[in-house]
Amino acid sequence: MTIDWSWIGDHTDDLTSLTLSHLQAAMTAVFFGLLISLPLAVLAHRVRSLRGFLLGLSNVLFTIPSIAIFVLLLPVSGLTRTTTVIGLTVYTLVVLLRNTVEGLDSVPAKTKEAAKAMGTRPLRTLLTVEFPLALPVIFAGIRIATVMSISLVSVATYIGDGGLGQLFTDGFQRDFPTPVIVGVVLTILLAVVADALLVALQYVLTPWRRRRA
Amino acid sequence: MIQFDAVHKRFPNGTTAVHDLSLEMPEGGVTVLVGSSGCGKTTTLRMINRMIEPTSGTIRVNGRDVTEQDAAELRRSIGYVIQQAGLFPHRTVLDNIATVPLLLGWNRKKARARAAELLETVGLAADAGKRYPHQLSGGQQQRVGVARALAADPPVLLMDEPFGAVDPVVRAQLQDELLRLQKELSKTIVFVTHDIDEAVRLGDRIAVFRTGGYLVQCAPPAELLARPADDFVADFLGAERGLKLLSLKTLAEVPQGPAPEGGAWTLVLDADRRPLHWASKDAELPVRPLTDGDSLLSALNESIASPTGLIARVDATGALTGVSSRDDIHVHAGQAHSEARVVAA
Repeated sequence: MTIDWSWIGDHTDDLTSLTLSHLQAAMTAVFFGLLISLPLAVLAHRVRSLRGFLLGLSNVLFTIPSIAIFVLLLPVSGLTRTTTVIGLTVYTLVVLLRNTVEGLDSVPAKTKEAAKAMGTRPLRTLLTVEFPLALPVIFAGIRIATVMSISLVSVATYIGDGGLGQLFTDGFQRDFPTPVIVGVVLTILLAVVADALLVALQYVLTPWRRRRA
Repeated sequence: MIQFDAVHKRFPNGTTAVHDLSLEMPEGGVTVLVGSSGCGKTTTLRMINRMIEPTSGTIRVNGRDVTEQDAAELRRSIGYVIQQAGLFPHRTVLDNIATVPLLLGWNRKKARARAAELLETVGLAADAGKRYPHQLSGGQQQRVGVARALAADPPVLLMDEPFGAVDPVVRAQLQDELLRLQKELSKTIVFVTHDIDEAVRLGDRIAVFRTGGYLVQCAPPAELLARPADDFVADFLGAERGLKLLSLKTLAEVPQGPAPEGGAWTLVLDADRRPLHWASKDAELPVRPLTDGDSLLSALNESIASPTGLIARVDATGALTGVSSRDDIHVHAGQAHSEARVVAA
Protein backbone atom coordinates (compact mmCIF):
# COMPACT_ATOMS: atom_id res chain seq x y z
CA MET A 1 0.00 0.00 0.00
CA THR A 2 1.64 3.17 -1.14
CA ILE A 3 0.69 6.75 -0.61
CA ASP A 4 0.28 8.99 -3.61
CA TRP A 5 1.83 12.17 -2.24
CA SER A 6 0.98 14.18 -5.32
CA TRP A 7 -2.75 13.46 -4.76
CA ILE A 8 -2.42 15.11 -1.35
CA GLY A 9 -0.68 18.12 -2.89
CA ASP A 10 -3.41 18.46 -5.54
CA HIS A 11 -6.23 18.31 -2.98
CA THR A 12 -5.07 20.54 -0.12
CA ASP A 13 -8.04 22.89 -0.54
CA ASP A 14 -10.54 19.97 -0.45
CA LEU A 15 -8.80 18.43 2.53
CA THR A 16 -8.89 21.72 4.42
CA SER A 17 -12.59 22.29 3.82
CA LEU A 18 -13.45 18.65 4.68
CA THR A 19 -11.45 18.91 7.91
CA LEU A 20 -13.20 22.13 8.89
CA SER A 21 -16.60 20.71 7.99
CA HIS A 22 -15.79 17.59 10.03
CA LEU A 23 -14.73 19.66 13.03
CA GLN A 24 -17.76 21.91 12.74
CA ALA A 25 -20.19 18.97 12.79
CA ALA A 26 -18.53 17.48 15.89
CA MET A 27 -18.28 20.76 17.81
CA THR A 28 -21.87 21.77 17.05
CA ALA A 29 -23.03 18.41 18.38
CA VAL A 30 -21.04 18.82 21.61
CA PHE A 31 -22.35 22.37 21.96
CA PHE A 32 -26.00 21.32 21.65
CA GLY A 33 -25.27 18.27 23.80
CA LEU A 34 -24.11 20.59 26.58
CA LEU A 35 -27.05 22.92 26.06
CA ILE A 36 -29.43 20.00 26.63
CA SER A 37 -27.40 18.17 29.28
CA LEU A 38 -26.69 21.02 31.70
CA PRO A 39 -30.32 21.82 32.61
CA LEU A 40 -31.31 18.14 32.53
CA ALA A 41 -28.37 17.30 34.81
CA VAL A 42 -29.41 19.99 37.29
CA LEU A 43 -32.90 18.45 37.23
CA ALA A 44 -31.54 14.92 37.71
CA HIS A 45 -29.26 16.16 40.50
CA ARG A 46 -32.02 17.98 42.38
CA VAL A 47 -34.96 15.65 41.80
CA ARG A 48 -33.91 12.17 42.87
CA SER A 49 -36.96 10.52 41.27
CA LEU A 50 -36.09 11.87 37.80
CA ARG A 51 -32.46 10.87 37.98
CA GLY A 52 -32.86 7.21 37.10
CA PHE A 53 -35.27 8.00 34.27
CA LEU A 54 -33.06 10.64 32.63
CA LEU A 55 -29.83 8.67 32.91
CA GLY A 56 -31.65 5.54 31.70
CA LEU A 57 -33.09 7.40 28.72
CA SER A 58 -29.64 8.69 27.68
CA ASN A 59 -28.34 5.12 27.91
CA VAL A 60 -31.16 3.79 25.71
CA LEU A 61 -30.55 6.52 23.09
CA PHE A 62 -26.87 5.55 23.07
CA THR A 63 -27.71 1.95 22.14
CA ILE A 64 -29.48 2.94 18.90
CA PRO A 65 -27.11 2.01 16.04
CA SER A 66 -25.65 5.13 14.46
CA ILE A 67 -26.80 4.37 10.92
CA ALA A 68 -30.29 3.65 12.18
CA ILE A 69 -30.48 7.02 13.88
CA PHE A 70 -29.69 8.86 10.64
CA VAL A 71 -32.23 6.78 8.74
CA LEU A 72 -34.86 7.48 11.40
CA LEU A 73 -34.19 11.20 11.11
CA LEU A 74 -34.42 11.33 7.30
CA PRO A 75 -38.18 11.98 7.17
CA VAL A 76 -37.71 14.83 9.65
CA SER A 77 -34.66 16.70 8.49
CA GLY A 78 -33.63 15.01 5.23
CA LEU A 79 -30.14 14.71 3.82
CA THR A 80 -28.76 17.73 5.63
CA ARG A 81 -26.12 18.80 8.15
CA THR A 82 -28.98 19.12 10.64
CA THR A 83 -29.51 15.36 10.53
CA THR A 84 -25.80 14.78 11.16
CA VAL A 85 -25.74 17.15 14.12
CA ILE A 86 -28.94 15.78 15.70
CA GLY A 87 -27.62 12.23 15.43
CA LEU A 88 -24.27 13.11 16.97
CA THR A 89 -25.89 15.22 19.69
CA VAL A 90 -27.97 12.25 20.81
CA TYR A 91 -24.78 10.25 21.37
CA THR A 92 -23.03 12.99 23.35
CA LEU A 93 -25.91 13.09 25.86
CA VAL A 94 -24.94 9.83 27.54
CA VAL A 95 -21.51 11.08 28.67
CA LEU A 96 -22.38 14.75 29.12
CA LEU A 97 -25.48 14.10 31.21
CA ARG A 98 -23.87 11.44 33.38
CA ASN A 99 -20.68 13.42 33.98
CA THR A 100 -22.51 16.65 34.77
CA VAL A 101 -24.74 14.86 37.29
CA GLU A 102 -21.67 13.22 38.84
CA GLY A 103 -19.84 16.54 38.84
CA LEU A 104 -22.68 18.23 40.70
CA ASP A 105 -22.83 15.28 43.12
CA SER A 106 -19.11 15.69 43.82
CA VAL A 107 -19.48 19.24 45.20
CA PRO A 108 -18.97 18.91 48.99
CA ALA A 109 -22.16 19.41 51.02
CA LYS A 110 -20.14 21.59 53.39
CA THR A 111 -19.31 24.05 50.60
CA LYS A 112 -22.94 24.36 49.43
CA GLU A 113 -23.96 24.78 53.05
CA ALA A 114 -21.42 27.59 53.50
CA ALA A 115 -22.75 29.36 50.39
CA LYS A 116 -26.28 29.16 51.75
CA ALA A 117 -25.24 30.33 55.21
CA MET A 118 -23.47 33.35 53.70
CA GLY A 119 -26.79 34.35 52.10
CA THR A 120 -26.21 33.10 48.53
CA ARG A 121 -29.47 32.30 46.74
CA PRO A 122 -29.89 28.89 45.03
CA LEU A 123 -29.40 30.02 41.39
CA ARG A 124 -26.26 31.98 42.24
CA THR A 125 -24.95 29.04 44.25
CA LEU A 126 -25.50 26.81 41.21
CA LEU A 127 -23.72 29.18 38.82
CA THR A 128 -20.88 30.43 41.03
CA VAL A 129 -20.20 27.49 43.34
CA GLU A 130 -21.64 24.21 42.07
CA PHE A 131 -20.80 24.47 38.35
CA PRO A 132 -17.24 25.72 38.87
CA LEU A 133 -16.53 22.93 41.35
CA ALA A 134 -18.14 20.36 39.04
CA LEU A 135 -16.04 21.60 36.12
CA PRO A 136 -13.27 18.97 36.26
CA VAL A 137 -15.80 16.11 36.01
CA ILE A 138 -17.88 17.95 33.38
CA PHE A 139 -14.70 18.56 31.37
CA ALA A 140 -13.84 14.87 31.46
CA GLY A 141 -17.26 14.32 29.84
CA ILE A 142 -16.74 17.05 27.25
CA ARG A 143 -13.40 15.50 26.25
CA ILE A 144 -14.92 12.05 25.75
CA ALA A 145 -17.93 13.51 23.91
CA THR A 146 -15.65 15.54 21.61
CA VAL A 147 -13.34 12.67 20.66
CA MET A 148 -16.34 10.38 20.22
CA SER A 149 -18.15 12.89 17.99
CA ILE A 150 -15.06 13.47 15.84
CA SER A 151 -14.78 9.74 15.18
CA LEU A 152 -18.53 9.37 14.55
CA VAL A 153 -18.93 12.17 11.98
CA SER A 154 -17.68 9.81 9.26
CA VAL A 155 -20.79 7.64 9.64
CA ALA A 156 -22.85 10.53 8.25
CA THR A 157 -21.21 9.83 4.88
CA TYR A 158 -24.21 7.54 4.33
CA ILE A 159 -26.49 10.55 4.19
CA GLY A 160 -24.13 12.55 2.00
CA ASP A 161 -22.38 14.42 4.80
CA GLY A 162 -19.61 13.03 6.97
CA GLY A 163 -16.70 15.46 6.61
CA LEU A 164 -13.47 13.50 6.27
CA GLY A 165 -15.59 10.34 6.04
CA GLN A 166 -16.18 11.20 2.39
CA LEU A 167 -12.52 10.36 1.76
CA PHE A 168 -13.20 6.76 2.84
CA THR A 169 -16.05 6.18 0.35
CA ASP A 170 -14.04 7.93 -2.33
CA GLY A 171 -11.04 5.69 -1.66
CA PHE A 172 -13.05 2.46 -1.49
CA GLN A 173 -15.03 3.20 -4.66
CA ARG A 174 -11.87 3.84 -6.69
CA ASP A 175 -9.79 1.18 -4.89
CA PHE A 176 -7.33 3.96 -4.16
CA PRO A 177 -5.91 3.85 -0.59
CA THR A 178 -4.40 7.36 -0.30
CA PRO A 179 -7.63 9.26 0.59
CA VAL A 180 -8.52 6.56 3.16
CA ILE A 181 -5.16 6.84 4.91
CA VAL A 182 -5.22 10.63 4.76
CA GLY A 183 -8.78 10.62 6.18
CA VAL A 184 -7.82 8.36 9.07
CA VAL A 185 -4.70 10.40 9.89
CA LEU A 186 -6.56 13.71 9.76
CA THR A 187 -9.40 12.35 11.94
CA ILE A 188 -6.91 11.17 14.56
CA LEU A 189 -5.02 14.46 14.40
CA LEU A 190 -8.23 16.40 14.79
CA ALA A 191 -9.21 14.36 17.85
CA VAL A 192 -5.78 14.72 19.47
CA VAL A 193 -5.61 18.48 18.86
CA ALA A 194 -9.19 19.07 20.06
CA ASP A 195 -8.48 17.05 23.21
CA ALA A 196 -5.27 18.99 23.89
CA LEU A 197 -7.12 22.29 23.46
CA LEU A 198 -9.79 21.16 25.93
CA VAL A 199 -7.12 20.19 28.48
CA ALA A 200 -5.60 23.67 28.06
CA LEU A 201 -9.01 25.31 28.40
CA GLN A 202 -9.71 23.40 31.58
CA TYR A 203 -6.33 24.47 32.97
CA VAL A 204 -7.26 28.09 32.33
CA LEU A 205 -10.75 27.75 33.80
CA THR A 206 -9.77 25.93 37.01
CA PRO A 207 -6.82 27.90 38.43
CA TRP A 208 -7.40 26.50 41.93
CA ARG A 209 -6.44 23.00 40.78
CA ARG A 210 -2.91 23.93 39.71
CA ARG A 211 -0.04 23.25 42.08
CA ARG A 212 -2.30 20.97 44.05
CA ALA A 213 -0.53 20.06 47.26
CA MET B 1 -29.58 40.77 71.51
CA ILE B 2 -30.95 37.39 70.46
CA GLN B 3 -34.14 36.17 72.14
CA PHE B 4 -35.55 32.66 71.99
CA ASP B 5 -39.16 32.49 73.10
CA ALA B 6 -40.67 29.02 73.61
CA VAL B 7 -38.80 27.66 70.59
CA HIS B 8 -39.48 24.07 69.68
CA LYS B 9 -37.91 22.03 66.91
CA ARG B 10 -39.13 18.62 65.88
CA PHE B 11 -37.61 17.06 62.77
CA PRO B 12 -39.78 15.20 60.24
CA ASN B 13 -38.38 11.87 61.50
CA GLY B 14 -39.99 12.56 64.89
CA THR B 15 -36.93 13.45 66.99
CA THR B 16 -37.19 16.57 69.08
CA ALA B 17 -33.95 18.52 68.77
CA VAL B 18 -34.89 21.57 70.83
CA HIS B 19 -37.43 21.47 73.61
CA ASP B 20 -39.42 24.59 74.51
CA LEU B 21 -36.35 26.84 74.63
CA SER B 22 -36.51 30.34 76.10
CA LEU B 23 -33.14 32.04 76.26
CA GLU B 24 -31.61 35.48 75.88
CA MET B 25 -28.18 36.02 74.41
CA PRO B 26 -27.04 39.47 75.51
CA GLU B 27 -25.78 42.08 73.09
CA GLY B 28 -22.01 42.38 72.81
CA GLY B 29 -21.42 39.19 74.81
CA VAL B 30 -20.26 35.67 74.03
CA THR B 31 -22.91 33.04 74.75
CA VAL B 32 -21.50 29.52 74.54
CA LEU B 33 -23.83 26.59 73.92
CA VAL B 34 -22.37 23.35 75.30
CA GLY B 35 -23.53 19.79 75.65
CA SER B 36 -22.83 16.33 74.29
CA SER B 37 -23.76 15.45 70.71
CA GLY B 38 -27.48 15.32 69.99
CA CYS B 39 -28.34 17.86 72.69
CA GLY B 40 -29.68 20.44 70.23
CA LYS B 41 -26.94 23.04 70.58
CA THR B 42 -26.12 23.17 66.86
CA THR B 43 -29.81 23.13 65.92
CA THR B 44 -30.34 26.08 68.26
CA LEU B 45 -27.51 27.99 66.57
CA ARG B 46 -28.73 27.20 63.07
CA MET B 47 -32.24 28.39 63.79
CA ILE B 48 -30.89 31.90 64.36
CA ASN B 49 -29.98 32.38 60.69
CA ARG B 50 -32.78 30.10 59.48
CA MET B 51 -30.55 27.32 58.22
CA ILE B 52 -33.13 25.35 60.20
CA GLU B 53 -36.69 26.62 60.71
CA PRO B 54 -38.26 26.26 64.18
CA THR B 55 -41.43 24.17 64.49
CA SER B 56 -42.95 26.70 66.88
CA GLY B 57 -41.95 29.71 68.97
CA THR B 58 -40.19 32.88 67.92
CA ILE B 59 -36.57 33.95 67.57
CA ARG B 60 -35.75 37.65 67.51
CA VAL B 61 -32.44 39.20 66.50
CA ASN B 62 -32.19 42.78 67.73
CA GLY B 63 -35.94 42.84 68.20
CA ARG B 64 -36.90 41.53 64.75
CA ASP B 65 -38.55 38.14 64.27
CA VAL B 66 -36.20 36.19 61.97
CA THR B 67 -39.03 34.44 60.11
CA GLU B 68 -40.40 37.79 58.96
CA GLN B 69 -37.19 38.58 57.07
CA ASP B 70 -35.98 37.28 53.73
CA ALA B 71 -33.80 34.29 54.63
CA ALA B 72 -30.89 35.17 52.29
CA GLU B 73 -30.81 38.80 53.43
CA LEU B 74 -30.99 37.72 57.08
CA ARG B 75 -28.00 35.39 56.56
CA ARG B 76 -25.95 38.19 54.98
CA SER B 77 -26.50 40.25 58.14
CA ILE B 78 -25.22 37.46 60.41
CA GLY B 79 -21.62 36.21 60.37
CA TYR B 80 -21.24 32.43 60.27
CA VAL B 81 -18.13 30.37 61.01
CA ILE B 82 -18.23 26.62 60.43
CA GLN B 83 -16.07 23.73 61.57
CA GLN B 84 -13.14 23.16 59.17
CA ALA B 85 -13.89 26.65 57.87
CA GLY B 86 -16.07 25.50 54.91
CA LEU B 87 -14.16 27.79 52.56
CA PHE B 88 -14.85 27.87 48.83
CA PRO B 89 -12.02 25.77 47.34
CA HIS B 90 -12.23 27.50 43.94
CA ARG B 91 -11.88 31.04 45.24
CA THR B 92 -8.75 32.76 46.51
CA VAL B 93 -8.54 33.63 50.18
CA LEU B 94 -9.29 37.27 49.36
CA ASP B 95 -12.38 36.37 47.32
CA ASN B 96 -13.53 33.98 50.04
CA ILE B 97 -13.43 36.79 52.57
CA ALA B 98 -15.19 39.15 50.13
CA THR B 99 -18.14 36.75 49.68
CA VAL B 100 -20.77 38.61 51.68
CA PRO B 101 -19.75 42.15 50.62
CA LEU B 102 -20.05 41.01 46.98
CA LEU B 103 -23.48 39.52 47.70
CA LEU B 104 -24.47 42.84 49.23
CA GLY B 105 -23.56 44.54 45.95
CA TRP B 106 -20.27 46.19 46.86
CA ASN B 107 -18.00 46.73 43.87
CA ARG B 108 -15.12 44.24 43.54
CA LYS B 109 -12.42 46.78 44.36
CA LYS B 110 -14.02 47.92 47.60
CA ALA B 111 -14.81 44.32 48.61
CA ARG B 112 -11.20 43.23 47.97
CA ALA B 113 -9.83 46.21 49.92
CA ARG B 114 -12.04 45.29 52.87
CA ALA B 115 -10.92 41.64 52.59
CA ALA B 116 -7.25 42.68 52.62
CA GLU B 117 -7.88 44.73 55.74
CA LEU B 118 -9.51 41.73 57.46
CA LEU B 119 -6.60 39.49 56.54
CA GLU B 120 -4.51 41.64 58.85
CA THR B 121 -7.23 41.78 61.52
CA VAL B 122 -7.19 37.98 61.87
CA GLY B 123 -3.39 37.82 61.85
CA LEU B 124 -2.63 36.54 58.35
CA ALA B 125 0.10 37.81 56.03
CA ALA B 126 -1.02 39.91 53.05
CA ASP B 127 0.39 37.40 50.54
CA ALA B 128 -1.99 34.73 51.87
CA GLY B 129 -4.76 36.62 50.07
CA LYS B 130 -3.79 35.35 46.63
CA ARG B 131 -3.63 31.71 47.70
CA TYR B 132 -6.32 29.07 47.53
CA PRO B 133 -7.69 27.51 50.73
CA HIS B 134 -6.01 24.12 50.20
CA GLN B 135 -2.62 25.86 50.26
CA LEU B 136 -3.18 26.98 53.88
CA SER B 137 -2.86 25.08 57.17
CA GLY B 138 -5.97 24.15 59.13
CA GLY B 139 -5.42 26.99 61.59
CA GLN B 140 -4.92 29.53 58.80
CA GLN B 141 -8.09 28.31 57.05
CA GLN B 142 -9.99 28.79 60.28
CA ARG B 143 -8.72 32.38 60.50
CA VAL B 144 -9.94 32.98 56.96
CA GLY B 145 -13.30 31.57 58.06
CA VAL B 146 -13.46 34.14 60.85
CA ALA B 147 -12.41 36.95 58.48
CA ARG B 148 -15.12 35.90 56.01
CA ALA B 149 -17.74 36.04 58.76
CA LEU B 150 -16.60 39.53 59.79
CA ALA B 151 -16.38 40.97 56.26
CA ALA B 152 -19.63 42.90 56.18
CA ASP B 153 -19.27 43.88 59.85
CA PRO B 154 -22.38 42.02 61.06
CA PRO B 155 -23.54 42.73 64.63
CA VAL B 156 -24.09 39.01 65.26
CA LEU B 157 -21.60 36.16 64.80
CA LEU B 158 -22.56 32.48 64.86
CA MET B 159 -19.69 30.04 65.42
CA ASP B 160 -20.37 26.32 65.05
CA GLU B 161 -17.48 24.39 66.66
CA PRO B 162 -15.10 26.59 64.69
CA PHE B 163 -11.93 25.33 66.35
CA GLY B 164 -12.93 21.69 66.64
CA ALA B 165 -10.69 20.40 63.88
CA VAL B 166 -7.34 21.98 64.79
CA ASP B 167 -4.71 20.74 67.25
CA PRO B 168 -4.74 22.01 70.89
CA VAL B 169 -1.86 24.48 70.46
CA VAL B 170 -3.42 26.15 67.43
CA ARG B 171 -6.83 26.03 69.10
CA ALA B 172 -5.49 27.98 72.10
CA GLN B 173 -3.99 30.57 69.72
CA LEU B 174 -7.30 30.94 67.87
CA GLN B 175 -9.18 31.29 71.16
CA ASP B 176 -6.81 34.05 72.31
CA GLU B 177 -7.21 35.77 68.97
CA LEU B 178 -10.99 35.60 69.23
CA LEU B 179 -10.92 37.11 72.73
CA ARG B 180 -8.64 39.90 71.48
CA LEU B 181 -10.94 40.58 68.50
CA GLN B 182 -14.01 40.51 70.70
CA LYS B 183 -12.47 43.14 73.00
CA GLU B 184 -12.19 45.43 69.96
CA LEU B 185 -15.39 44.57 68.14
CA SER B 186 -17.95 43.65 70.87
CA LYS B 187 -20.05 41.42 68.62
CA THR B 188 -22.99 39.43 69.87
CA ILE B 189 -21.44 35.97 69.54
CA VAL B 190 -23.14 32.59 69.80
CA PHE B 191 -20.51 29.85 70.03
CA VAL B 192 -21.19 26.12 69.92
CA THR B 193 -18.68 23.65 71.37
CA HIS B 194 -18.60 20.33 73.20
CA ASP B 195 -15.38 21.33 74.97
CA ILE B 196 -16.17 22.69 78.44
CA ASP B 197 -12.70 24.24 78.82
CA GLU B 198 -13.25 26.22 75.62
CA ALA B 199 -16.66 27.31 76.94
CA VAL B 200 -15.19 28.53 80.25
CA ARG B 201 -12.39 30.32 78.43
CA LEU B 202 -14.55 32.17 75.90
CA GLY B 203 -18.01 32.50 77.37
CA ASP B 204 -19.56 35.47 79.13
CA ARG B 205 -22.47 33.12 79.61
CA ILE B 206 -22.61 29.36 79.18
CA ALA B 207 -25.80 27.50 78.31
CA VAL B 208 -25.60 23.78 79.10
CA PHE B 209 -27.87 21.50 77.04
CA ARG B 210 -28.89 17.93 77.82
CA THR B 211 -29.66 15.19 75.26
CA GLY B 212 -33.18 15.59 73.97
CA GLY B 213 -32.90 19.34 73.47
CA TYR B 214 -33.32 20.59 77.05
CA LEU B 215 -31.55 23.69 78.34
CA VAL B 216 -30.42 22.79 81.86
CA GLN B 217 -28.62 25.92 83.02
CA CYS B 218 -27.48 29.22 81.61
CA ALA B 219 -25.09 31.28 83.73
CA PRO B 220 -21.77 33.12 83.71
CA PRO B 221 -18.84 30.64 83.89
CA ALA B 222 -17.92 31.42 87.53
CA GLU B 223 -21.49 30.91 88.69
CA LEU B 224 -21.88 27.73 86.66
CA LEU B 225 -18.68 26.26 88.12
CA ALA B 226 -19.50 27.30 91.69
CA ARG B 227 -23.11 26.23 91.65
CA PRO B 228 -24.08 23.72 88.95
CA ALA B 229 -27.88 23.35 88.77
CA ASP B 230 -27.87 19.57 88.99
CA ASP B 231 -25.74 16.43 88.80
CA PHE B 232 -25.85 16.45 85.00
CA VAL B 233 -24.21 19.87 84.83
CA ALA B 234 -21.74 18.96 87.59
CA ASP B 235 -20.75 15.80 85.68
CA PHE B 236 -20.42 17.75 82.48
CA LEU B 237 -18.17 20.34 84.11
CA GLY B 238 -15.91 17.53 85.29
CA ALA B 239 -13.99 16.69 88.44
CA GLU B 240 -11.66 19.68 88.13
CA ARG B 241 -14.44 22.21 88.53
CA GLY B 242 -12.58 24.00 91.35
CA LEU B 243 -9.42 24.40 89.28
CA LYS B 244 -11.45 25.70 86.32
CA LEU B 245 -12.93 28.31 88.63
CA LEU B 246 -9.41 29.39 89.61
CA SER B 247 -8.57 29.83 85.94
CA LEU B 248 -11.25 32.54 85.81
CA LYS B 249 -9.93 34.55 88.78
CA THR B 250 -6.94 36.86 88.45
CA LEU B 251 -4.11 37.70 90.77
CA ALA B 252 -5.13 41.39 90.92
CA GLU B 253 -6.78 41.18 94.35
CA VAL B 254 -4.21 38.93 96.00
CA PRO B 255 -2.11 40.98 98.47
CA GLN B 256 1.63 41.31 97.91
CA GLY B 257 4.55 42.21 100.10
CA PRO B 258 8.24 43.02 99.70
CA ALA B 259 10.62 40.32 98.54
CA PRO B 260 12.32 38.54 101.49
CA GLU B 261 15.94 39.25 102.23
CA GLY B 262 18.45 37.23 104.16
CA GLY B 263 16.62 33.89 103.84
CA ALA B 264 17.97 30.75 102.22
CA TRP B 265 16.78 31.94 98.82
CA THR B 266 16.95 35.46 97.37
CA LEU B 267 15.28 36.81 94.30
CA VAL B 268 17.96 38.20 91.95
CA LEU B 269 16.96 41.24 89.89
CA ASP B 270 18.58 42.95 86.93
CA ALA B 271 19.32 46.71 86.71
CA ASP B 272 15.69 47.42 85.72
CA ARG B 273 14.38 45.43 88.72
CA ARG B 274 13.29 42.56 86.49
CA PRO B 275 13.41 39.15 88.25
CA LEU B 276 16.18 36.91 86.87
CA HIS B 277 16.14 33.81 89.11
CA TRP B 278 16.01 32.51 92.67
CA ALA B 279 19.46 32.05 94.16
CA SER B 280 20.72 30.20 97.25
CA LYS B 281 24.32 29.60 98.41
CA ASP B 282 24.84 26.81 95.92
CA ALA B 283 21.92 26.79 93.49
CA GLU B 284 19.93 28.86 91.02
CA LEU B 285 16.32 28.16 90.08
CA PRO B 286 14.35 29.83 87.29
CA VAL B 287 11.56 32.24 88.12
CA ARG B 288 8.46 32.94 86.03
CA PRO B 289 7.10 36.34 87.09
CA LEU B 290 3.34 36.90 86.94
CA THR B 291 1.27 40.02 86.31
CA ASP B 292 -2.09 41.06 87.80
CA GLY B 293 -3.84 39.68 84.72
CA ASP B 294 -2.59 36.11 85.26
CA SER B 295 -5.03 33.58 86.67
CA LEU B 296 -5.06 32.19 90.20
CA LEU B 297 -4.54 28.78 88.61
CA SER B 298 -1.20 29.75 87.10
CA ALA B 299 -0.26 31.53 90.36
CA LEU B 300 -0.95 28.35 92.32
CA ASN B 301 1.04 26.36 89.79
CA GLU B 302 3.96 28.80 90.03
CA SER B 303 3.93 28.84 93.83
CA ILE B 304 4.29 25.06 93.85
CA ALA B 305 7.25 25.25 91.48
CA SER B 306 8.92 28.03 93.46
CA PRO B 307 11.54 26.93 96.06
CA THR B 308 10.22 29.48 98.57
CA GLY B 309 6.51 29.05 97.89
CA LEU B 310 6.56 32.68 96.81
CA ILE B 311 5.60 34.04 93.42
CA ALA B 312 7.28 37.10 91.93
CA ARG B 313 4.85 39.76 90.71
CA VAL B 314 5.73 42.32 88.09
CA ASP B 315 4.10 45.29 86.36
CA ALA B 316 3.61 45.72 82.63
CA THR B 317 7.28 46.63 82.11
CA GLY B 318 8.45 43.46 83.85
CA ALA B 319 9.74 45.27 86.97
CA LEU B 320 9.15 43.61 90.34
CA THR B 321 6.21 44.99 92.34
CA GLY B 322 6.35 42.46 95.17
CA VAL B 323 5.82 38.82 96.07
CA SER B 324 2.80 36.79 97.20
CA SER B 325 2.89 33.62 99.26
CA ARG B 326 1.19 30.30 98.63
CA ASP B 327 -1.03 31.05 101.65
CA ASP B 328 -2.15 34.42 100.20
CA ILE B 329 -3.18 32.61 97.02
CA HIS B 330 -4.92 29.80 98.93
CA VAL B 331 -6.93 32.22 101.03
CA HIS B 332 -7.99 34.15 97.97
CA ALA B 333 -8.84 30.99 96.05
CA GLY B 334 -11.13 29.94 98.92
CA GLN B 335 -12.75 33.39 98.84
CA ALA B 336 -13.30 33.06 95.11
CA HIS B 337 -15.30 29.91 95.71
CA SER B 338 -17.48 31.35 98.44
CA GLU B 339 -17.99 34.66 96.55
CA ALA B 340 -19.21 32.77 93.53
CA ARG B 341 -21.60 30.87 95.77
CA VAL B 342 -23.00 34.05 97.23
CA VAL B 343 -23.48 35.58 93.78
CA ALA B 344 -25.18 32.41 92.63
CA ALA B 345 -27.52 32.39 95.62
